[in-house]
This record gives sequence, structure tokens and C-alpha cells, in this order.
Amino acid sequence: MFSSFMLNSWIVATIVAATAGLVGFFVVIRGASFAAHALPLSAFPGAAAAALLGVNEIAGLVGFAALGVLGINGFSRRGRPEVATALTLVLLLGVGTLLLSQSRDDAQLVYGLLFGQVLGVSRAEIVPIAALSAAASLATLMLLRPLLLSAVSPELAQARGVAPGRIDIAFLVIMALAETIALPVVGALLVFSLMVGPASAARNLTDRPWLGLALSVGLSVVTAWLAIALAYQTNWPIGFFVGGLGALAYAVGRAVRGAKS
Amino acid sequence: MDGNATLPALAVERLSVALSGRTILDHVGFSLAPGSFCGLIGANGSGKTTLLRSILGLVTPSGGTIRCAGGKPGQAIGYVPQKIQFDPFMPLRARDVVGLGLDGHRFGIPLPNAARRARVAAMLAAVDAERFADQRVGDLSGGQQQRVMIAHALIRAPKLLLLDEPLANLDLRSIAEVVGLLHRLTEKQGITVLLSAHDMNPLLPVMDQIVYLAHGRAVSGTVADVVRGGVLSQLYGYHIDVIRVHGRVLVVAAGGVEAQDGSLLCDPVHVAPIP
Repeated sequence: MFSSFMLNSWIVATIVAATAGLVGFFVVIRGASFAAHALPLSAFPGAAAAALLGVNEIAGLVGFAALGVLGINGFSRRGRPEVATALTLVLLLGVGTLLLSQSRDDAQLVYGLLFGQVLGVSRAEIVPIAALSAAASLATLMLLRPLLLSAVSPELAQARGVAPGRIDIAFLVIMALAETIALPVVGALLVFSLMVGPASAARNLTDRPWLGLALSVGLSVVTAWLAIALAYQTNWPIGFFVGGLGALAYAVGRAVRGAKS
Repeated sequence: MDGNATLPALAVERLSVALSGRTILDHVGFSLAPGSFCGLIGANGSGKTTLLRSILGLVTPSGGTIRCAGGKPGQAIGYVPQKIQFDPFMPLRARDVVGLGLDGHRFGIPLPNAARRARVAAMLAAVDAERFADQRVGDLSGGQQQRVMIAHALIRAPKLLLLDEPLANLDLRSIAEVVGLLHRLTEKQGITVLLSAHDMNPLLPVMDQIVYLAHGRAVSGTVADVVRGGVLSQLYGYHIDVIRVHGRVLVVAAGGVEAQDGSLLCDPVHVAPIP
């Protein structure tokens, strides 16, 4: 499983997982899990749209993710984004169903996008994934402290001259980017678990925010590596292992925190 | 004029604020001497939070002026908002909250820095929070969290500290601790404190000045000057009695008021109807 055929898979999975761990930490502490769940599902019809239009798949995903961001942010009122998120998800999924029904090889496309296909990533696919990951990670690193402060209290952030609304939008964009690139690899249904599982475990393992962030990245990468290895060995879908290991990490984190208190 | 000593730490003149077409503050005026401890007293909904947010520049007034010694709000004013709920699932120590007061608005990666660490440690010591500095802030008691919030607000050495209902939901002992701490800070470091509360009693021993809000209007002065039946009756627009008993002050509205303005009487400690 370390053959040259698999090398690209390892590289891509590492990039995607590190980004997911970094962004996922803030998804968890900011309570944005629902948006993190809805964004990739809203974005995945973008691949069908791209196939119909004959453009790059990633471009289609990014386009639909952008619509998702605009929808969630546009419909949101006063820090209560759940309904806006649900509405956006339903709208884009509806459009996606139509688009997918029009594309010729829809069943295989849908399966790959929903459940991921990490085995057999081509070299050409690495470049856009790496570029978008770097953008999402860099933006997160720049915003570390404002993201944390506004997670503690939007009002405190506002009093310090950090506009919470702008931070919310910036974070939606970051989240959309990070999930879009992970989507073809891990699958739309389980991108979310790679973001939320390791991060929610990490927050239980330490009381220090930046150590928690580092643990989230580390656990996410280890989860992805284990998932690839297990998927390769068993020939089961990688999503199953990502989801299962994420849940396992969370359970261990809870047990550790329970034992400490 | 003989320099800054005579300039007030905060001067509010004829401040009016309307939110969604409703008048919240109506020609409110008062000024605070540097280093004074002022209670902003009023019932729920009397405009206390709006007044504090106007001073911070988070609400745009429809009229009047606010002047504050020492420049821009972010640096010159420390702020402890109302009802902060620390999430017990967030990995965040008391120490981190205080650090965010210093540079939480900054971009970029926070690098380890000995000077910053020392400043945070000194601030934690100043609010007597060293004992729980490394505990998760969401696991601390309400009184401990308020001390952490005060340290967060004070670490950039502002001249003016605004606190919005910091005593709400605290037990009596924590209330005494927080009030005592704020009093020490005004005495030792010359910080001017403006603290909102619906009950003035815990503040009576330390208040230099009171700003009393009702129906969006204010009277200010010493407690002895302001908390009197005649003055408050004029402010409220109906008869008010002030009763002093066992060192406590009770502000009591005459019967029949309830029907006109139920919102005012929702807080029995503050305004209790005569049976």
C-alpha cells in the first residue's frame, strides 16, 4: 500500500486531513457543526454541474460551496444560522438532484462524491487540492485569535474592534474551502466527520487552546492515515473508517476528560 | 484650567438613543471624576446596556456627545459584557481569556513571549485569580469567571472600566468579592468604574456616585443626593418612596403604578409596590 500508485493518495489525504483538523477545531469550538455538515452536501451537486458544463470538478464544487456560504450568511439573522443553513442545504440539494439526473454516469459520480475515492488520486489532482488547502489553512492561521475571541463571546470581540459578522463570513468561506477540497477524497457525507471527530476529541484532551488545535490536526492526520490503510486492506469504503475512527477518537476524549474530573 | 486633573474621565451630555424607532435614552447627561466608582442603577429595560454600548461606540446616538479621557474605546475603555456564558467544552483556561484581552483582536500566529506571559500573570495576580488560572474557565464559579473577565478587560490598562450587570446571578459572597476587588482597583490604580446593576445595595459601601436611569432619563450625583423620594418621584413621574432599613435602601413605588407600567415592577427588590 506504499506503492507509487498509492503515493498520491497518502499525500492528498495528509493535506486534506491537516486542513480539516485545523479548520475543524474552530468548527467545534464555534458550534458550527451544522454548517460544516450542510456545506459539503450543498457543494457536491456542483460536481454534477461541472460535468454537465464540461468544466473542472473542483471549480464546480467551489462554485456551489460559494452559493452555500452566500445562502447561509444571507438568510441568517442575529447569530441564529440553523434555519438559514437548513434552507440553503435544501435549496442546493434540490438543484443538485436535478443536475445529477441530467448527467450520464450519475450513479458512479454520486457514489464517489458521497463516499469518497481516495485510492487512485492522480498527480494532476494534487495541485488544486494543495493550493486550496494552503489558502484555507493560511487564512485560519491569520485569524486564530479573532476566531477564538469571537467564539468566547461575539460581544467581547465587538468591543475590541473585531466585527463578529465579518469573522462569521470569513470562517464560512474558510470552512467551505476546506470541505470542498476534502470532498472528492473523503466524500460529502464524511468530510464533516473528519472535521468534527478529531477536533471534538482534542478539546477534551487538553485545557490549552493552541495545544488543542495542534492535537486536532495530529489526530485528524492519524485518522486519515489509518483510514486509508484500513480501506486498502479491507477494500471497504474509506468513509466508513473515517467516520468510525472519528467517533472512536471522540469517545476516548470523553473518557479522558471524564477520568480527569 | 490646571490640566487633566479637572477633566472628567467620562462626560455624557444630552445623549439620546433610539433603537428601531423606540426612544431608549432621552437627553441623558452625567460626568465621572477620574478614579471614581459609579453605579448605573435602573430596572431591567431602563436603558443601562444601551448607555454602556453607546459609550463603547457600539451604538450610534441620535443626539448628544460622549467624551472619554484617553482616546479610542478599544484602548481607553475596558468592558465586561452582560451574561457571558463560558462553554465548559471549550479548551480555554482563565489565563487564556486574560491573554485574549491583550491581543485577541490581532491577526497572525501567537508566538510564545515572556513579556506577554509576565503581563498576564501580573494581571491574574491583581484580580486574585492565580489559584484557578490554569483551570478551564467554563468550569469556574460565576464569581471566579467575573474576576477573569475583569482581568481580561483591564489588561490593556484602560482608564475607564464599564461592567454590565456583573453581579447578576452571583451569590452574596461572590458579590462582596467582586465589589471589593473593583473598589481596590479604583483606589490603587486610579481606574474609573461604571457598573450597571438593578440593585444598588451591594454597591452602597463603595459608590462615589450614582447614575439612576428610569424611562430613558437619568439623574446623577451622590447616593444621598439622588436616592430620595422627591428626586426619584420626579424622575419616574409618579410617587416614589425611599425607605432605609438595616443599612439597605428600598425604592418603593406607590400602589396603582403596576397597571400603568408593569415592566417597572418586575423586579421586587428594586421597586416594590406598597400592598
